[in-house]
Amino acid sequence: MTALLRFEDVALRRGGRLLFEHLSFELGPGERLQVAGPNGSGKSSLIRLAAGLLQAEAGRVDRSRLALADDAVALDRELPLGRALQFWNTSPEIAMDALGLAHLGLAPVRLLSSGQLKRATLARVAASGAPLWLLDEPLNALDSDGAKKLGFLVERHLETGGAVLAASHQRLGGEWRKIELRG
Amino acid sequence: MIGALILRDARRGFTGAAWLPIAFFLLVATLVPFAVGPDARLLSRIGPGALWIAALSAALLPIERLIEPDHANGMLDQLLLHGVADESIAAGKIAAHWLTFGPLLFVAAFPAAALLHIDGHALVRVLLSILVGTPGLAALAVAVAALTAGLPRAGSIAGLLLLPLAVPLLIFAAAFCASGSNQAIAFEAAIAILLLAGSPFVAGAAIRASRT
Repeated sequence: MTALLRFEDVALRRGGRLLFEHLSFELGPGERLQVAGPNGSGKSSLIRLAAGLLQAEAGRVDRSRLALADDAVALDRELPLGRALQFWNTSPEIAMDALGLAHLGLAPVRLLSSGQLKRATLARVAASGAPLWLLDEPLNALDSDGAKKLGFLVERHLETGGAVLAASHQRLGGEWRKIELRG
Repeated sequence: MIGALILRDARRGFTGAAWLPIAFFLLVATLVPFAVGPDARLLSRIGPGALWIAALSAALLPIERLIEPDHANGMLDQLLLHGVADESIAAGKIAAHWLTFGPLLFVAAFPAAALLHIDGHALVRVLLSILVGTPGLAALAVAVAALTAGLPRAGSIAGLLLLPLAVPLLIFAAAFCASGSNQAIAFEAAIAILLLAGSPFVAGAAIRASRT
Protein backbone atom coordinates (compact mmCIF):
# COMPACT_ATOMS: atom_id res chain seq x y z
CA MET A 1 0.00 0.00 0.00
CA THR A 2 1.56 3.27 -1.06
CA ALA A 3 0.86 6.43 0.85
CA LEU A 4 -0.94 9.26 -0.95
CA LEU A 5 0.64 11.83 1.35
CA ARG A 6 3.75 11.44 3.47
CA PHE A 7 5.32 13.96 5.85
CA GLU A 8 8.83 13.07 7.04
CA ASP A 9 10.20 15.06 9.97
CA VAL A 10 8.71 18.27 8.58
CA ALA A 11 9.18 21.73 10.09
CA LEU A 12 7.37 24.84 8.90
CA ARG A 13 8.22 28.43 9.70
CA ARG A 14 6.10 31.39 8.68
CA GLY A 15 6.87 35.03 9.36
CA GLY A 16 9.78 33.99 11.59
CA ARG A 17 7.56 31.84 13.82
CA LEU A 18 8.09 28.10 14.00
CA LEU A 19 4.61 26.60 13.58
CA PHE A 20 5.63 22.98 14.05
CA GLU A 21 8.64 20.69 13.71
CA HIS A 22 9.42 16.96 13.62
CA LEU A 23 5.99 16.29 12.14
CA SER A 24 5.72 12.88 10.49
CA PHE A 25 2.66 11.03 9.27
CA GLU A 26 1.38 9.00 6.37
CA LEU A 27 -1.99 9.01 4.72
CA GLY A 28 -2.87 5.93 2.68
CA PRO A 29 -5.87 5.01 0.49
CA GLY A 30 -9.12 4.91 2.46
CA GLU A 31 -7.74 6.98 5.34
CA ARG A 32 -8.89 10.31 6.71
CA LEU A 33 -6.95 12.59 8.98
CA GLN A 34 -8.05 15.73 10.78
CA VAL A 35 -5.66 18.50 11.73
CA ALA A 36 -7.04 20.16 14.85
CA GLY A 37 -5.84 23.00 17.02
CA PRO A 38 -6.70 26.51 18.15
CA ASN A 39 -6.84 29.52 15.81
CA GLY A 40 -3.41 30.48 14.53
CA SER A 41 -1.83 27.14 15.33
CA GLY A 42 -0.93 26.50 11.69
CA LYS A 43 -3.74 24.24 10.42
CA SER A 44 -4.21 26.11 7.16
CA SER A 45 -0.46 26.41 6.69
CA LEU A 46 -0.13 22.65 7.07
CA ILE A 47 -2.78 22.18 4.38
CA ARG A 48 -1.00 24.63 2.04
CA LEU A 49 2.30 22.87 2.75
CA ALA A 50 0.69 19.52 1.91
CA ALA A 51 -0.61 21.05 -1.33
CA GLY A 52 2.86 22.28 -2.26
CA LEU A 53 1.90 25.96 -2.08
CA LEU A 54 4.35 26.50 0.80
CA GLN A 55 7.87 25.14 1.21
CA ALA A 56 8.89 23.21 4.31
CA GLU A 57 11.81 24.58 6.31
CA ALA A 58 13.06 21.07 6.99
CA GLY A 59 12.03 17.53 6.21
CA ARG A 60 10.28 16.21 3.16
CA VAL A 61 6.74 15.99 1.82
CA ASP A 62 5.66 13.46 -0.82
CA ARG A 63 2.25 13.86 -2.37
CA SER A 64 0.16 12.26 -5.06
CA ARG A 65 -2.25 14.13 -7.32
CA LEU A 66 -4.48 16.24 -5.12
CA ALA A 67 -7.33 18.72 -5.02
CA LEU A 68 -7.65 21.59 -2.54
CA ALA A 69 -10.69 23.39 -1.17
CA ASP A 70 -9.88 26.40 0.99
CA ASP A 71 -11.41 29.80 1.63
CA ALA A 72 -10.38 31.11 -1.79
CA VAL A 73 -13.23 30.50 -4.20
CA ALA A 74 -11.20 30.61 -7.45
CA LEU A 75 -14.32 30.94 -9.61
CA ASP A 76 -15.03 33.81 -11.99
CA ARG A 77 -17.61 36.00 -10.30
CA GLU A 78 -19.38 37.10 -13.48
CA LEU A 79 -19.96 33.58 -14.87
CA PRO A 80 -22.84 31.22 -14.13
CA LEU A 81 -21.74 28.66 -11.53
CA GLY A 82 -21.86 25.73 -13.97
CA ARG A 83 -19.59 27.40 -16.48
CA ALA A 84 -17.25 28.72 -13.79
CA LEU A 85 -16.77 25.16 -12.49
CA GLN A 86 -16.28 23.87 -16.03
CA PHE A 87 -13.08 25.89 -16.27
CA TRP A 88 -11.57 23.38 -13.83
CA ASN A 89 -13.40 20.18 -14.79
CA THR A 90 -15.25 19.53 -18.01
CA SER A 91 -18.15 17.74 -16.30
CA PRO A 92 -18.88 19.03 -12.79
CA GLU A 93 -22.59 18.11 -12.95
CA ILE A 94 -22.47 14.94 -10.80
CA ALA A 95 -20.49 16.67 -8.05
CA MET A 96 -22.78 19.73 -8.20
CA ASP A 97 -25.77 17.43 -7.83
CA ALA A 98 -24.16 15.63 -4.86
CA LEU A 99 -23.74 18.95 -3.05
CA GLY A 100 -27.23 20.21 -3.84
CA LEU A 101 -26.08 22.80 -6.38
CA ALA A 102 -27.83 21.37 -9.45
CA HIS A 103 -30.48 24.10 -9.49
CA LEU A 104 -27.83 26.86 -9.26
CA GLY A 105 -25.97 25.96 -12.47
CA LEU A 106 -27.16 29.12 -14.21
CA ALA A 107 -26.86 31.48 -11.22
CA PRO A 108 -23.93 33.95 -11.44
CA VAL A 109 -21.19 33.20 -8.94
CA ARG A 110 -21.28 36.75 -7.54
CA LEU A 111 -24.87 36.24 -6.32
CA LEU A 112 -24.18 33.06 -4.33
CA SER A 113 -24.11 33.02 -0.53
CA SER A 114 -20.95 32.05 1.33
CA GLY A 115 -22.44 28.62 2.12
CA GLN A 116 -23.23 28.04 -1.55
CA LEU A 117 -19.70 29.14 -2.50
CA LYS A 118 -18.29 26.67 0.03
CA ARG A 119 -20.35 23.91 -1.58
CA ALA A 120 -19.04 25.03 -4.97
CA THR A 121 -15.39 24.73 -3.90
CA LEU A 122 -16.16 21.29 -2.44
CA ALA A 123 -17.85 20.35 -5.74
CA ARG A 124 -14.68 21.34 -7.59
CA VAL A 125 -12.67 18.98 -5.36
CA ALA A 126 -15.21 16.17 -5.72
CA ALA A 127 -15.23 16.53 -9.52
CA SER A 128 -11.44 16.62 -9.78
CA GLY A 129 -10.92 12.86 -9.68
CA ALA A 130 -7.78 13.41 -7.58
CA PRO A 131 -7.06 10.64 -5.06
CA LEU A 132 -6.05 13.06 -2.29
CA TRP A 133 -8.45 15.73 -1.00
CA LEU A 134 -7.20 18.63 1.11
CA LEU A 135 -10.03 20.44 2.86
CA ASP A 136 -9.34 23.61 4.84
CA GLU A 137 -12.15 24.31 7.32
CA PRO A 138 -14.68 22.40 5.19
CA LEU A 139 -17.54 23.08 7.61
CA ASN A 140 -17.17 26.88 7.57
CA ALA A 141 -20.41 28.47 6.36
CA LEU A 142 -21.98 25.06 5.63
CA ASP A 143 -25.44 24.33 7.04
CA SER A 144 -26.30 20.92 8.51
CA ASP A 145 -27.57 19.68 5.15
CA GLY A 146 -24.32 20.73 3.48
CA ALA A 147 -22.26 19.04 6.20
CA LYS A 148 -24.27 15.82 5.72
CA LYS A 149 -23.77 15.89 1.95
CA LEU A 150 -20.03 16.48 2.43
CA GLY A 151 -19.98 13.51 4.84
CA PHE A 152 -21.50 11.25 2.14
CA LEU A 153 -18.98 12.45 -0.43
CA VAL A 154 -16.04 11.81 1.91
CA GLU A 155 -17.32 8.28 2.70
CA ARG A 156 -17.66 7.49 -0.99
CA HIS A 157 -14.23 8.93 -1.77
CA LEU A 158 -12.64 6.74 0.94
CA GLU A 159 -14.45 3.64 -0.32
CA THR A 160 -12.98 4.19 -3.78
CA GLY A 161 -9.43 4.30 -2.42
CA GLY A 162 -9.09 8.03 -1.85
CA ALA A 163 -7.75 9.87 1.19
CA VAL A 164 -8.80 13.08 2.91
CA LEU A 165 -6.79 15.52 5.00
CA ALA A 166 -9.00 18.13 6.64
CA ALA A 167 -8.12 21.06 8.88
CA SER A 168 -10.83 22.03 11.30
CA HIS A 169 -11.33 23.02 14.92
CA GLN A 170 -14.84 21.60 14.72
CA ARG A 171 -16.00 18.00 15.05
CA LEU A 172 -16.21 16.36 11.64
CA GLY A 173 -18.73 13.60 10.95
CA GLY A 174 -17.33 10.05 10.99
CA GLU A 175 -14.20 8.54 12.50
CA TRP A 176 -11.08 10.67 11.93
CA ARG A 177 -7.48 10.12 12.94
CA LYS A 178 -6.26 13.33 14.55
CA ILE A 179 -3.17 15.49 14.64
CA GLU A 180 -3.26 18.19 17.30
CA LEU A 181 -1.28 21.38 16.67
CA ARG A 182 -0.47 23.62 19.62
CA GLY A 183 -0.72 27.39 19.28
CA MET B 1 -5.40 24.20 -19.39
CA ILE B 2 -3.18 26.98 -20.70
CA GLY B 3 -5.42 27.43 -23.75
CA ALA B 4 -8.46 27.63 -21.49
CA LEU B 5 -6.66 30.24 -19.39
CA ILE B 6 -5.87 32.41 -22.44
CA LEU B 7 -9.46 32.15 -23.68
CA ARG B 8 -10.83 32.97 -20.25
CA ASP B 9 -8.53 35.96 -19.74
CA ALA B 10 -9.28 37.31 -23.20
CA ARG B 11 -13.02 36.89 -22.61
CA ARG B 12 -12.73 38.72 -19.28
CA GLY B 13 -10.76 41.46 -20.99
CA PHE B 14 -13.29 41.99 -23.75
CA THR B 15 -16.40 41.73 -21.56
CA GLY B 16 -14.70 43.86 -18.93
CA ALA B 17 -12.86 47.06 -19.56
CA ALA B 18 -10.77 46.40 -22.69
CA TRP B 19 -12.04 49.61 -24.32
CA LEU B 20 -10.94 51.80 -21.38
CA PRO B 21 -7.20 51.96 -22.21
CA ILE B 22 -8.13 52.53 -25.85
CA ALA B 23 -10.47 55.40 -24.99
CA PHE B 24 -7.71 56.83 -22.82
CA PHE B 25 -5.23 56.48 -25.70
CA LEU B 26 -7.56 58.39 -28.04
CA LEU B 27 -8.19 61.04 -25.41
CA VAL B 28 -4.47 61.71 -24.90
CA ALA B 29 -4.03 61.88 -28.69
CA THR B 30 -6.87 64.42 -28.80
CA LEU B 31 -5.18 66.57 -26.16
CA VAL B 32 -1.99 67.05 -28.19
CA PRO B 33 -3.44 69.46 -30.83
CA PHE B 34 -4.99 71.48 -28.00
CA ALA B 35 -1.67 71.64 -26.18
CA VAL B 36 0.64 72.57 -29.09
CA GLY B 37 -1.80 74.28 -31.46
CA PRO B 38 -3.29 73.21 -34.78
CA ASP B 39 -0.19 73.72 -36.98
CA ALA B 40 -0.29 70.65 -39.25
CA ARG B 41 3.48 70.53 -39.90
CA LEU B 42 4.39 70.71 -36.22
CA LEU B 43 1.73 68.11 -35.36
CA SER B 44 2.88 65.62 -37.98
CA ARG B 45 6.48 66.04 -36.74
CA ILE B 46 5.77 65.38 -33.05
CA GLY B 47 2.72 63.16 -33.70
CA PRO B 48 4.34 59.69 -33.68
CA GLY B 49 6.16 60.41 -30.43
CA ALA B 50 2.97 61.75 -28.87
CA LEU B 51 1.10 58.62 -29.96
CA TRP B 52 3.71 56.44 -28.31
CA ILE B 53 3.46 58.40 -25.06
CA ALA B 54 -0.31 57.93 -25.25
CA ALA B 55 0.17 54.20 -25.83
CA LEU B 56 2.48 53.87 -22.82
CA SER B 57 0.02 55.70 -20.57
CA ALA B 58 -2.81 53.51 -21.86
CA ALA B 59 -0.75 50.39 -21.10
CA LEU B 60 -0.73 51.40 -17.42
CA LEU B 61 -4.50 51.38 -16.98
CA PRO B 62 -5.21 47.62 -17.01
CA ILE B 63 -2.25 46.63 -14.82
CA GLU B 64 -4.19 46.28 -11.58
CA ARG B 65 -6.65 43.79 -13.05
CA LEU B 66 -4.06 41.57 -14.78
CA ILE B 67 -2.78 39.52 -11.82
CA GLU B 68 -4.16 40.84 -8.54
CA PRO B 69 -7.79 39.58 -8.81
CA ASP B 70 -6.59 36.04 -9.59
CA HIS B 71 -4.09 36.25 -6.76
CA ALA B 72 -6.79 37.36 -4.32
CA ASN B 73 -9.39 34.72 -5.16
CA GLY B 74 -7.03 31.74 -5.25
CA MET B 75 -7.07 31.26 -9.03
CA LEU B 76 -3.25 31.27 -9.21
CA ASP B 77 -2.99 28.62 -6.47
CA GLN B 78 -5.53 26.36 -8.16
CA LEU B 79 -3.81 26.71 -11.54
CA LEU B 80 -0.54 25.55 -9.95
CA LEU B 81 -2.35 22.58 -8.35
CA HIS B 82 -3.74 21.73 -11.80
CA GLY B 83 -0.18 21.41 -13.02
CA VAL B 84 0.30 24.78 -14.71
CA ALA B 85 3.71 26.23 -13.80
CA ASP B 86 3.78 29.85 -12.65
CA GLU B 87 5.86 30.77 -15.71
CA SER B 88 3.22 29.23 -17.99
CA ILE B 89 0.47 31.14 -16.17
CA ALA B 90 2.43 34.33 -16.84
CA ALA B 91 3.01 33.46 -20.51
CA GLY B 92 -0.70 32.74 -20.94
CA LYS B 93 -1.60 36.01 -19.33
CA ILE B 94 0.79 37.89 -21.62
CA ALA B 95 -0.83 36.32 -24.69
CA ALA B 96 -4.34 37.10 -23.44
CA HIS B 97 -3.41 40.63 -22.45
CA TRP B 98 -1.89 41.32 -25.87
CA LEU B 99 -5.05 39.98 -27.55
CA THR B 100 -7.22 42.49 -25.69
CA PHE B 101 -4.77 45.38 -26.00
CA GLY B 102 -2.63 45.15 -29.15
CA PRO B 103 -5.23 44.79 -31.94
CA LEU B 104 -7.53 47.42 -30.41
CA LEU B 105 -4.65 49.86 -30.06
CA PHE B 106 -3.65 49.15 -33.66
CA VAL B 107 -7.15 50.04 -34.85
CA ALA B 108 -7.35 53.10 -32.60
CA ALA B 109 -4.07 54.35 -34.06
CA PHE B 110 -5.91 55.21 -37.31
CA PRO B 111 -8.21 57.91 -35.87
CA ALA B 112 -5.46 59.05 -33.50
CA ALA B 113 -3.05 59.49 -36.43
CA ALA B 114 -5.70 61.44 -38.35
CA LEU B 115 -6.02 63.85 -35.41
CA LEU B 116 -2.26 64.49 -35.53
CA HIS B 117 -2.02 64.88 -39.34
CA ILE B 118 0.06 61.73 -39.72
CA ASP B 119 -0.50 60.15 -43.14
CA GLY B 120 1.14 58.27 -45.97
CA HIS B 121 4.49 56.67 -45.17
CA ALA B 122 4.53 58.17 -41.69
CA LEU B 123 1.25 56.40 -40.86
CA VAL B 124 2.59 53.06 -42.09
CA ARG B 125 5.67 53.52 -39.90
CA VAL B 126 3.58 54.34 -36.83
CA LEU B 127 1.40 51.26 -37.40
CA LEU B 128 4.45 49.03 -37.88
CA SER B 129 6.07 50.33 -34.71
CA ILE B 130 2.86 49.62 -32.77
CA LEU B 131 2.58 46.14 -34.23
CA VAL B 132 6.17 45.35 -33.24
CA GLY B 133 6.14 47.11 -29.88
CA THR B 134 2.81 46.11 -28.28
CA PRO B 135 3.74 42.45 -27.57
CA GLY B 136 6.75 43.70 -25.60
CA LEU B 137 4.56 46.25 -23.85
CA ALA B 138 2.02 43.55 -22.93
CA ALA B 139 4.79 41.33 -21.54
CA LEU B 140 6.17 44.21 -19.49
CA ALA B 141 2.70 45.06 -18.17
CA VAL B 142 2.14 41.48 -16.94
CA ALA B 143 5.58 41.34 -15.28
CA VAL B 144 4.96 44.65 -13.51
CA ALA B 145 1.44 43.55 -12.54
CA ALA B 146 2.86 40.38 -10.96
CA LEU B 147 5.58 42.31 -9.13
CA THR B 148 3.08 44.78 -7.64
CA ALA B 149 0.16 42.39 -7.01
CA GLY B 150 -1.16 42.76 -3.48
CA LEU B 151 0.84 45.87 -2.66
CA PRO B 152 -0.97 48.92 -1.31
CA ARG B 153 -1.20 51.66 -4.00
CA ALA B 154 -0.07 49.09 -6.56
CA GLY B 155 -1.28 51.28 -9.43
CA SER B 156 1.09 54.16 -8.74
CA ILE B 157 4.05 51.90 -8.05
CA ALA B 158 3.33 50.02 -11.29
CA GLY B 159 3.58 53.31 -13.20
CA LEU B 160 6.95 54.11 -11.63
CA LEU B 161 8.16 50.63 -12.55
CA LEU B 162 6.73 50.24 -16.05
CA LEU B 163 7.45 53.61 -17.64
CA PRO B 164 11.27 53.62 -17.14
CA LEU B 165 11.49 50.03 -18.36
CA ALA B 166 9.52 50.97 -21.48
CA VAL B 167 11.99 53.72 -22.42
CA PRO B 168 14.14 51.54 -24.75
CA LEU B 169 11.01 50.49 -26.63
CA LEU B 170 9.96 54.15 -26.89
CA ILE B 171 13.37 55.32 -28.13
CA PHE B 172 13.57 52.90 -31.04
CA ALA B 173 9.88 53.13 -31.91
CA ALA B 174 10.15 56.93 -32.11
CA ALA B 175 13.42 56.69 -34.04
CA PHE B 176 11.81 54.37 -36.58
CA CYS B 177 8.77 56.63 -36.95
CA ALA B 178 11.01 59.65 -37.53
CA SER B 179 13.60 58.12 -39.85
CA GLY B 180 12.14 54.88 -41.19
CA SER B 181 15.51 53.28 -40.53
CA ASN B 182 15.63 49.50 -40.62
CA GLN B 183 18.06 49.36 -37.73
CA ALA B 184 15.64 51.25 -35.49
CA ILE B 185 12.78 48.81 -36.01
CA ALA B 186 15.18 45.87 -35.71
CA PHE B 187 16.26 47.21 -32.32
CA GLU B 188 12.65 47.78 -31.31
CA ALA B 189 11.84 44.19 -32.27
CA ALA B 190 14.88 42.93 -30.37
CA ILE B 191 13.75 44.73 -27.22
CA ALA B 192 10.21 43.44 -27.62
CA ILE B 193 11.55 39.88 -27.95
CA LEU B 194 13.76 40.38 -24.89
CA LEU B 195 10.74 41.54 -22.88
CA LEU B 196 8.62 38.65 -24.19
CA ALA B 197 11.32 36.11 -23.30
CA GLY B 198 12.14 37.51 -19.87
CA SER B 199 8.76 38.57 -18.52
CA PRO B 200 7.27 35.09 -17.97
CA PHE B 201 10.21 34.23 -15.68
CA VAL B 202 10.05 37.52 -13.78
CA ALA B 203 6.28 37.28 -13.40
CA GLY B 204 6.47 33.57 -12.52
CA ALA B 205 9.01 34.24 -9.78
CA ALA B 206 6.90 37.12 -8.48
CA ILE B 207 3.79 34.92 -8.34
CA ARG B 208 5.76 32.24 -6.50
CA ALA B 209 7.17 34.74 -4.03
CA SER B 210 3.68 36.09 -3.29
CA ARG B 211 2.57 32.68 -1.98
CA THR B 212 3.31 33.03 1.71
